[in-house]
Amino acid sequence: MLHFEDFPVGTRFAFEPTQVTAEAIIAFASEFDAQPMHLSETAGKASILGGLAASGWHTSAIMMRMLCDGYIGESASEGSPGIDSMEWKKPVLAGDTLSGHSSVIATRVSKSRPEIGIVTFRAEVTNQRGEIVAICDYANMIRCRRAGDAA
Amino acid sequence: MKLSELHPEGAKVRIGTVDFTANDIIRFAEKFDPQPFHLDPDAARQSLFGGLCASGWHTCAGWMKCFVPFWMGESKRLAKEGLVAPKLGPSPGFRDLRWLRPVFAGDAITYFVTFLSAKDLESRPGWRINTIRCEGENQDGEPVIRFESKVLEFP
Repeated sequence: MLHFEDFPVGTRFAFEPTQVTAEAIIAFASEFDAQPMHLSETAGKASILGGLAASGWHTSAIMMRMLCDGYIGESASEGSPGIDSMEWKKPVLAGDTLSGHSSVIATRVSKSRPEIGIVTFRAEVTNQRGEIVAICDYANMIRCRRAGDAA
Repeated sequence: MKLSELHPEGAKVRIGTVDFTANDIIRFAEKFDPQPFHLDPDAARQSLFGGLCASGWHTCAGWMKCFVPFWMGESKRLAKEGLVAPKLGPSPGFRDLRWLRPVFAGDAITYFVTFLSAKDLESRPGWRINTIRCEGENQDGEPVIRFESKVLEFP
């Protein structure tokens, strides 16, 4: 189990490649972002996005899953207070394969809760051409190691 | 018409409400955010949150779920008045997002949008970038989410 002390600045976690299917794009959009360019290839092609494109919130959610699989699932994470910035740099189109990484850019122990550390990360999500599709600076609350915690 | 003409600066507009059921919270988390406090009520009680609560990204998606039908309604309303709705495009992103309180199973979140400012794009005549504040509050009127988003607008 990874604790706050295991996340010095510069620590980097890679994302496993994940393919974004047309079905997944349409399913997410149908529930949360029912705009034509997220629902149909034809409407997507006619839009500035150039094809059936994932909602930016879908791309964000996929990034979250990659973070969970990348390190959160094996860490003493207590959630996040927020996101400093999210840039959706390029459209994510049906059939794209996303990967990327997240790196620690700052760390501090919470003043009000000294058992919690706040780790600031920058995540970069890239497509199969190596283009960055999203950049996100976010904070993650992670429990500090106590005497007796397994390393 | 432009978004800045439709909404006075700083006026907070209610766009809709989403009910966060335990089933929906777990279904979203299984796909996108499989952490114990989003999946399992017992594990959630042991966490800082104290109960089963929605992924923060689910709370974000709830804002969009309200905004899209709100905006379609606005476009129709304006058309009836003989006006052309602002032509909004994709968002390049958002900043300063704060998850202010957990969204627990059974909460009903009401969302709002506030127009803040518009900036002309020098590189593309007629195009603008709008800054909007997006907010959500629970059934007790407590704020749960706040962020500032950018929205492209075409001529």
